[in-house]
Order: sequence, then C-alpha cells, then structure tokens
Amino acid sequence: MTRDAPDAQGTIPYIQLLDAAGRVAAPLPGFATDPDQLLALYRAMTLARVFDTKAVNLQRTGRLGTYPACLGHEATHVGVGAAMRADDTLFPVYREIGTLFWRGVTPRDVLLYWGGDERGSDFTSSRHDFPFCVPIGSQLPHAAGAALAFQLRGEARCAVAFIGDGGTSQGAFYEALNFAGARSLPLVTIVVNNGWAISVPVSAQTRAETLAHKAFAAGMPGVQVDGNDVLAVRHVVEGALARARAGAGPTLIEALTYRLSDHTTADDAGRYRQSSEVEAARAKEPMIRTRRYLESVGAWDEQREQALRAECAAQVEAAVASYMATPKMGTDAMFEHLYAELPRGLGRQRDEARRYPGKH
Amino acid sequence: MAQLTMVEAIQQAQAHEMARDPDVVVMGEDVGVNGGVFRATSGLQQQFGPQRVLDTPLAEGLIAGAAIGMAAQGLKPVAEIQFMGFIYPAFDQVASHMARLRNRTRGRLTCPVVMRMPHGGGIHAPEHHSESLEALLCHHPGLRVLCPSSPARAYGLLLAAIRSPDPVMFLEPVRLYRNSKQEVADDGVALPLESCFRLRAGSDVTIVCWGAITVEVQKAAELLAAEKISCEVLDLGSLAPIDYETIFDSVVRTGRLVVVHEAPRNGGLGAEIAANVSEHALYDLVAPIRRVAGYDTIMPLYRLENAWLPGVERIADAVRATMNE
Repeated sequence: MTRDAPDAQGTIPYIQLLDAAGRVAAPLPGFATDPDQLLALYRAMTLARVFDTKAVNLQRTGRLGTYPACLGHEATHVGVGAAMRADDTLFPVYREIGTLFWRGVTPRDVLLYWGGDERGSDFTSSRHDFPFCVPIGSQLPHAAGAALAFQLRGEARCAVAFIGDGGTSQGAFYEALNFAGARSLPLVTIVVNNGWAISVPVSAQTRAETLAHKAFAAGMPGVQVDGNDVLAVRHVVEGALARARAGAGPTLIEALTYRLSDHTTADDAGRYRQSSEVEAARAKEPMIRTRRYLESVGAWDEQREQALRAECAAQVEAAVASYMATPKMGTDAMFEHLYAELPRGLGRQRDEARRYPGKH
Repeated sequence: MAQLTMVEAIQQAQAHEMARDPDVVVMGEDVGVNGGVFRATSGLQQQFGPQRVLDTPLAEGLIAGAAIGMAAQGLKPVAEIQFMGFIYPAFDQVASHMARLRNRTRGRLTCPVVMRMPHGGGIHAPEHHSESLEALLCHHPGLRVLCPSSPARAYGLLLAAIRSPDPVMFLEPVRLYRNSKQEVADDGVALPLESCFRLRAGSDVTIVCWGAITVEVQKAAELLAAEKISCEVLDLGSLAPIDYETIFDSVVRTGRLVVVHEAPRNGGLGAEIAANVSEHALYDLVAPIRRVAGYDTIMPLYRLENAWLPGVERIADAVRATMNE
C-alpha cells in the first residue's frame, strides 16, 4: 500500500483576539466584554511589568542576584494564570511572575528566591504549585505525574506546565507529552516561544513548522496563540483546561511572543541579535494593545493609568522593603529540610556549620 | 510463616503496603500484567487493579519525573527501574529534583518516592544489566539508599522505604533474588532505616559490606574461622545515611577493617567508609584499612564477570593480609 499525500493533520490553528493596535480581530469571549475582568488582567500585567523593571534595577544596584526578566511575556503569563482554577497545579519555568502573582505568590517571595533564599519557594499562597525549575524542560514530567495523580483520584484538577522554545528540544518534554497523550492526562502545556533560547534562535532548535506541531506525535491537539494578546491566551487556555477537565486529554499551546529583554541580567543580547528585530517586536508588545482596547471601550484613560502605575509601584516598593529587611537564615536552615528528620550523622555537620556562619 | 525468596519478599512488602495505604501506587516498565521482569510485582495488578499498578512508557527519566509530580500531590509511588544500569536517564530527575524538592521549598513540597532497582551482577546478564552505581546515589544529599541482603531484610527495609517521608533508592541484589529462601512473616514490621546489621560477631577484624557480596563475605569468614581468624561481618543495610556508630564501635574492638563491595574501587563507598574510620578511629587500628572491590575497569560481559566480582578467596586473602600486618 502506498500513500500519496501527507495526512491532513498538518494544520495548526492560530488564535488572536486583539491585534497589535488593540483592535478586535475575532469575536470576543464573554469575559472579554466584562470591564472588571479586563481591568484585572491589565492590572496584573502592569504589576508584572513594574515588578520586572524594579527587579532588574535591584540586580543592577547589587541588591538582587541574577534575574531573568519577563519583559514582553506579561500577556502570556497573566492569561494563563487567569484561565487556571485555584486548585489546578502550576509548573513554572522561572520567568512566569505574572502567573505566580495571579495565584497569590507574592512579589516578596519572588525577590527572596532571586535574592538567594530558599524561603522564596515556600510560597505564601497556592502552596501546591511547584517552584521555579532551572534545569530546562525537567518540570514537564512532574506536571505529567501530577496530572496522573488527579486522574487516578478522579479529581477535576489540571496540571499546567510552562516550557520555553528551547525546552522543546529536551527529551523530558517529549517523554512527558508522550505519556500525557498515552494516558489522556489532564495536562495543558504552554510553550512560550519567545524566539530565543539565550542566544540560539528557534530556527536552530527545530525544523518543525511550528512548535505546536510537536503535539501530533503525542496524539494531542496543538494550537498557536498570539502570546502578546492576553485575551486570546486566557481564552485558549480556558478551552484547553475545560477539555482536560472533561476527560478529553492534554493540549499543547504554543504562545508566540518575544523576549524583549536579555535572557537574564547576566546576558547581553546585543552580542547575538539585531536591535532592529527587537524594535520590530516591541511594536507588538502586550501592554499597549491591551491599554488601547480598554480605552476603545471607555474603560481606561491616562489618569487611571497613572493611578494604577502608582499603586503597583507602591506594592512593589513595599515588597522590596520587606525583602531587604528579611535577615538571612541561620546555618541550621541548610539542614532543616534536607530530610523529614535529620539523620544522626548530619548533626555533627550542622553543629560545625554553626561555628562558621560565614561573612556578612 | 512462609518460606520466601527475596523477590517474593519484595512482592509481599509492596502488597502489604498497597493494602494498608491506598495512596501507594506501583509503576514502571512491565510491572503490570507481566509482574516485572524479575516478578517483583507479580500479581499486584490483578489484586489492586490497573489504576494502582501502572505500566509506564519505556522512559526512565519520565518514570522518575512523573513519580515526583505524583508524590508531591500526595501519592506514594513505588517505581521500578528495570535494571540499575538504566538509571542514567533518570538521574537528572533523581539528583536535580527528587533529592532536593523538600529542601528547596523549605518542606512545602515533599517527594516520598521509592525507586526500586536490581543491583549488581552475577547472573550472566547482558551488557548494562549488572551495574553497581550506589556511590553515585549516595553522593547526593537528600536521598536515602537502602540495599537488603536477605529476604527478611528486603521485606522489612522495603516497608520502611515505602513509609519514609523521604525519597528512597532501594537497591535489590539480583544475585540474591532467588538464591535462597527464608522464613518471612508478613507482619508489617518495618526495619530501622539507619542501622547496620551484624551478620556475624567476631573479635579480630571488622568486615563491612552490603548487598549480594555479604554471601561471599560470610563464606570467607567461615573459611577464616577455621584458621582461627575471628571476623565480625557488618551489613550496612542503609548506604545513605550510614550507621557509623556501629562501625566505629566494632572497629575499636577489632582494630582492623576490611570494606568489601562489588562496585569499582575508585570513588566507591569503601573509600568514604575508610576515610571516616580513619578520622574517628585511626589510633584504635592496628593495621591499615583494606578494600576489596570490583576492578576499576568496565564490568566485563558475563564470561569474565566472576573474575571481576570479588570472590571468597580475594576477600579471605585481604583479611589474611590485614591480620599479618
């Protein structure tokens, strides 16, 4: 038997509700016509932007460790957070502060983490969520395992995992998707395609037509969404979560956005990409279009914008003050949570560490 | 009480815990209807259903990683890696996440996973099926590493592993899976997690060992007894953390130490034990510490495996040399 043409499965849907100018590009879902919900999304995006700017400044002035900015990702991060239920479980990478804040993780938590303190991962809220995951892609199997736990217990909960474009080259990504497909797990994976894995462009990661195509081999739907459109992201993720909750299985969502910042504060993107590319991407960034849309429906103006920015700045400043006023942990902290109970032999090392508490 | 092989005792411990605790889930490659390639999960899927005994895709990294997500959401995964030589793809998950999740979240999320895996050689298995990689695991803070040396200890230690709130690597010596039977009471009594087992009391030399090689060590001790050399044989049971108090007490009495393990000598656990005994009991020693271990070569295919594995004569000669110092 021969087959002449490729399967018809090769088409990936692309969803955009607001274009770069904030004009409605497709029929809006219900939440997008509710001013309160729109303002909540915009407020969360603004908080992420204000925090992000402040965090970079803190690093530049020696008050924070290496920090991965989220500039340009606000719509994707907030849209995912807004689509999730509180009892769903989040598996972040390390950039998704918009999602974490939406779920009640505090700016102080995030500052503590990047300020070199494990207490930052002892989240204030949403305490079932996983912490940031630095080894790229390795969080995907955790998310699949959590989704399996929900399925085995008959709970209507979902696992939501973030991964970057570079992360889709990892074996753990394929293994987790394959497992989720095989068992029809309630897992929604968000591939944040921001164009760059540090200095390596997506074109060097894969010859796949889109990253969403990687869903097909795992037997699940793949969809692309405009990752700079918070309405589209929330809408698409809500649909995928409803599908997963109904027992219809996992979905892979590729959110198309752009990393407007360096990879981290330790990176210099000027070494490997053209400023013209960055400027072109900046024209499509997520904040402006959301604001333009809010203005177009009469829900926003410059005065409210200034008030919101001041409110977010005050919230961030309070978090910074609290972070800066938090003394570092004593040396016992290194031993307290290594095991449920400290093994006998480690008591001697704990006592030794007490005698050498280190400088500053 | 039933006479059980070690593999039957391991099956029984899992069945006992699955009946006791509905959160216990067994998972791995071929653990379901097939009951595992060594039959260590035989009958469990029939008894507890496919929801609690899961055949996973053939991906060790996924097995370990999914177990982390399951454990952090409250399940108790008992995951089988089919042979220890196949743990390398799972290593990132074990080292980067399983061992660290409790510490990095200050106890907010925990990872009570048991990873069971056949350990060591001696059964004429194919390439990559005979590895002894305990040193790699023991090097990682946050893990517990157990290795039983009899059916009863396998039962009691596996119960302790499944009830442990910490991640446990459970190494099962393949050579002992079916080599003997022992009375094992299915009484649900777990063994302590941080205690050596004294397999033989003696006064001239302390021999520390674990896993399958305890058999050769005890044969050597028997041989040496006829030569009026009295060996005390300690089976670690827990390779991480190690019960050093019992080792120090013994060495202080005997004044001599030989460490025997199957894994290659270089960077092996024997080096760590020798260093600790040197630090704590050097002036009680009357002879240098000796190690008997696998050679620092690739473990050969099975025609030569018995030349590679430390045998009774190599062990006995090391003890004799120690006695003659």
